[in-house]
Amino acid sequence: MIEPWLAQVLPPAVVLVSTLAAIVIFIAGEERQRLRIWVNLVAATLKLILVVWIGLSVLAGNEFLFRFELLPGLELILHADALSILFASLSAVLWLVTTVYAIAYLEHSPNRARFFGFFSLCVSATMGIAMAGNLLTLFIFYELLTLTTWPLVVHNGTPEALAAGRSYLRYTLAGGVVLLTALVWLYGLAGNAVFTPGGFLAPLAAEHATELRIIFAMLIAGFGVKAGLVPLHGWLPKAMVAPAPVSALLHAVAVVKAGAFGIIRTVEDVYGLELVAGLGMRLPLIAVACWTIIIGSLLALREHHLKRRLAYSTVSQVSYIVLGIAVGGLLATSGGMVHLVHQGLMKITLFFCAGIFGLLLGVSKIDQLDGLGRRMPWVSVAFTVAALGMIGLPPIVGFISKWYLASGALAVGMPAVLAVVITSALLNAAYFLPLVGRLWLGPPGSVAAARIEIGRLPRLALVCSALATAFLTVALGLMAAHPLSPLNWVIKIAEGYAP
Amino acid sequence: MTSAIFVLVAAAIFGLGVHGLLVSAHIMRKLLALNLMLSALFLLLIVVPASIDGHPDPVPQALVLTGIVIAVSTTAFALALMVRLFRKQGHATIHPDLDPALLGRKHGRRTAPEAEGERAP
Amino acid sequence: MSFDKLLLALVFIPLGTALVAVMLPPARRRWAVLLGSLAWPCFLVPLSIAVAREQTLTLVFGGWSPPLGIGWRLDALALVVLWVHALVGIAALPGAWQRFKPEETESGPFWSLWLILATGVNLATLAADLFNLYVALELTTLAAVALIATDDGIAALSAAMRYLLLAVLGSLMYVLGVGLVYAQTGSLAMHQPGLVELNNVALVLMLTGLMVKAAIFPLHVWLPHAYSNAPGPVAAIMSAVVGKVALVALWRIWFETAVDPPTLLTNLLGLIGAGAIVYGALAAYLQPRLKMVIAYSSISQFGFLLLLLPLACQQAFQGAGFHLLAHGLAKAAMFLAAANIVTVLGSDSIRHLPGLDKRMPLEAFTLALAGVTLIGLPPSGGFTGKWMLLSAAWETGGWFWLVLIVLSGLMSAAYVFRILALTCFHPARRAVHHLHPKPPAITSLAALMLALLAVVIGLYPHPVLDLLGSGVLMDGGVRLQSGVPGAGP
Repeated sequence: MIEPWLAQVLPPAVVLVSTLAAIVIFIAGEERQRLRIWVNLVAATLKLILVVWIGLSVLAGNEFLFRFELLPGLELILHADALSILFASLSAVLWLVTTVYAIAYLEHSPNRARFFGFFSLCVSATMGIAMAGNLLTLFIFYELLTLTTWPLVVHNGTPEALAAGRSYLRYTLAGGVVLLTALVWLYGLAGNAVFTPGGFLAPLAAEHATELRIIFAMLIAGFGVKAGLVPLHGWLPKAMVAPAPVSALLHAVAVVKAGAFGIIRTVEDVYGLELVAGLGMRLPLIAVACWTIIIGSLLALREHHLKRRLAYSTVSQVSYIVLGIAVGGLLATSGGMVHLVHQGLMKITLFFCAGIFGLLLGVSKIDQLDGLGRRMPWVSVAFTVAALGMIGLPPIVGFISKWYLASGALAVGMPAVLAVVITSALLNAAYFLPLVGRLWLGPPGSVAAARIEIGRLPRLALVCSALATAFLTVALGLMAAHPLSPLNWVIKIAEGYAP
Repeated sequence: MTSAIFVLVAAAIFGLGVHGLLVSAHIMRKLLALNLMLSALFLLLIVVPASIDGHPDPVPQALVLTGIVIAVSTTAFALALMVRLFRKQGHATIHPDLDPALLGRKHGRRTAPEAEGERAP
Repeated sequence: MSFDKLLLALVFIPLGTALVAVMLPPARRRWAVLLGSLAWPCFLVPLSIAVAREQTLTLVFGGWSPPLGIGWRLDALALVVLWVHALVGIAALPGAWQRFKPEETESGPFWSLWLILATGVNLATLAADLFNLYVALELTTLAAVALIATDDGIAALSAAMRYLLLAVLGSLMYVLGVGLVYAQTGSLAMHQPGLVELNNVALVLMLTGLMVKAAIFPLHVWLPHAYSNAPGPVAAIMSAVVGKVALVALWRIWFETAVDPPTLLTNLLGLIGAGAIVYGALAAYLQPRLKMVIAYSSISQFGFLLLLLPLACQQAFQGAGFHLLAHGLAKAAMFLAAANIVTVLGSDSIRHLPGLDKRMPLEAFTLALAGVTLIGLPPSGGFTGKWMLLSAAWETGGWFWLVLIVLSGLMSAAYVFRILALTCFHPARRAVHHLHPKPPAITSLAALMLALLAVVIGLYPHPVLDLLGSGVLMDGGVRLQSGVPGAGP
């Protein structure tokens, strides 16, 4: 057992570590680069240690709960259950890697204090979302996430960046408004309820079925904006004007996953899949997820801009998570949830590589990738591994998610979903294989020499972060049977939801 | 019966005041109009409660007395302000351009709006 | 010991020091100013304790019972207004001090007027009868007009003149209404539980008069220029409390004096509030000057306070009271920051804002924090107020109001983020030709403290909410139903 006060203090501490880092960075100002780097790295490491500590402790059966009454009958609750740990450890790991990457990536660019400050704040918000113990807390951090990512999206200050920022705000604030309405409604109906596996709304179903349906649709729409459900995905490709580390983090962990995580919480911990099915909302949710998967892939196929193609790929891939949750059953739920981690690792690798290509060679279009495999072999290897993983090639992690999803669909008797997964895999292959082909087989030399000069150390940091995440995608795929692997962790969670 | 006359007279004076306030541009005339309206108001305040009570009620008279004091001081203050404005801009009317409404932006582009925000440091 | 007598301090300290400040030689004026500005807020501490215990404090002067005598009353709502006034007044002091140095001869009138404005606001907040309210509001208006005209430019003088004319017209209507109420009821007390239904003409006249003074759309025409041409500290006080005092009076008349106003009027006033919210936000979005943006934003935010009338339940009252507090602090912070920006840039045209985050990071941060409160994003005081209003709307079944409040957040976001994007992220970082020296850091910090406070009260709103919840607007409990069981504390 751990001390009771520690159980209370740790969840907010995990959130506040990076807030503190942000404050120090803001106060230190632009010039003190060395201090900034140290603060960033120490905070990221500390956060990782805290999350691992909490994770192991949760595994041992300890409970973490922090309550704070914000308004009468309205509580801010931070807690740690297995699902929180899943998301929190993903963000903690990727924050550490991305910090290293970003320090190297932005070595010569202006406004770094502002960038890293908001970067840390954004991770705080993500941690808050992971640890949220009720819908209100989730909502508060969800809105904070909007606020803290907006400065990152518009960081470059170009007219396109400002336009992207406007579009981002329009979508996310509108989503926030829908969420707020749903939240007020739900609190009016159910009062101050905490997340409960299997949901807490079942007693109300008989009397308020229609209201619950509307609220459910609003919640899904509100979270769906950030999760990029089609047709609410419009901001995502535009936000690609942000610096590469931002895109990477936005896609792999922060924004998109926050939306997906919100949907998981709504379906599993607020309503419960049984109630969702009982209200007749399960099939529509599956339909939306399938639709997003297919449309996202088709849009990606059409796109010739590297980062934007990756963005549409995100649109498609994140809906696997939603699909897995909506299909239900032990296998599909595990498949969906584990994709939260797996997609994060693969996508962040892809964005790291795209960022390196863009920074060092000025590559932004797909046809500029020709023959880069020989010029930058390590980066290209990382890119290839992640891209193959996205397609679903064993033993890379992408395969595991798809396998569980597909067999889960069969297990609950939904062959149509299986068809969607297979179609999507083919489409993934159709838009990722040409990239890989160009890298290795294309005629060399279409790109000019290095665009900017960067030192050896930053270069090493960039390549190593990409290789590290690529290595993780393979390693976690190979070690999926290990008791602490994401897969086994997720199966443990899924057993709680779908016995 | 007599109170009805007073009420009618008050209403007439009040109407005159409203007319003056709306029609005239000169601040002096606007102030005169406001004072007319105030007189009508005081008349009404004295008459209406009395007409209910039957005998004079001291409270409205006290109120009206206070009202007159306030009206006098407000008018004096407004006149001083008007003189100040007259010395600055050469005429004693309120510049119509000041109405910003939604046209603020267009108007601003045309006439360098920051001039208004400037002040001697 | 009775706390009632302490009420005297709230009015007579600023009044006395205002008179003393005129008479003192300039070199010694600063003590009068400091005493007048800082002493009366100290009395709020024991008064708050007393209100928390007894809910209402009343004081009647010289043995004359109302309507001829003067009666004062302090309840939870008045206390909130007074606290906003005290906090904003203290925070505005460094800026005012720096610009109008008390030891200079020509700044004498400013400080007297400043203290008289404080007197007027406190008096209007405490007034317990309709006619005293009139006197107090007139005092406030005259002081405010004079303060707006301090700048002595054509723009400031015209703005002041326009404000004065409209305010006199407003008081005229108000007094007419008061006269009719007296004729009907034979009493001037604001708090008239269980009386006959109020004459609608009188009610409408009083409300209209107060709406002019509170600058409620569409009677707001004087506000944008008055606020934006006033010196920063004056604009801060004006936006934080001067308008609010009239609005609180409007609430009181609506809930305490009028027994059962017609539903049509309720909905009409609610719709006016809705119009104010939408119009103010739209106009704020289009303004070319920072101070104009902030001023129009006030019009929008005042609309929220009017929504209390249709929502009319305990939660709505708590929400509106809290919104009043949060908005007062945030808006004052913005005006103080804007004043510093004008000092340094020589202009507040938003075209000069790009790059401000580098030159004046504290001001940029203040604008951002206060903006978050205005939008009502969590966690901030604005969110708390909004949430209470929303749950009130849900409980009373006011779907229209619910949607309106929710959407208004988006509209506020539009103008706030426009300013923030220009300030921090605009590509064209045009250098202004000559920068004036920065004002002392304390003026920036004071603004920042207000903005921080506006956010922090959202994290710990219990004391204020409890206070507002216990002393619901009317202890007669006429029309504010308490919330649905189980939803409240």
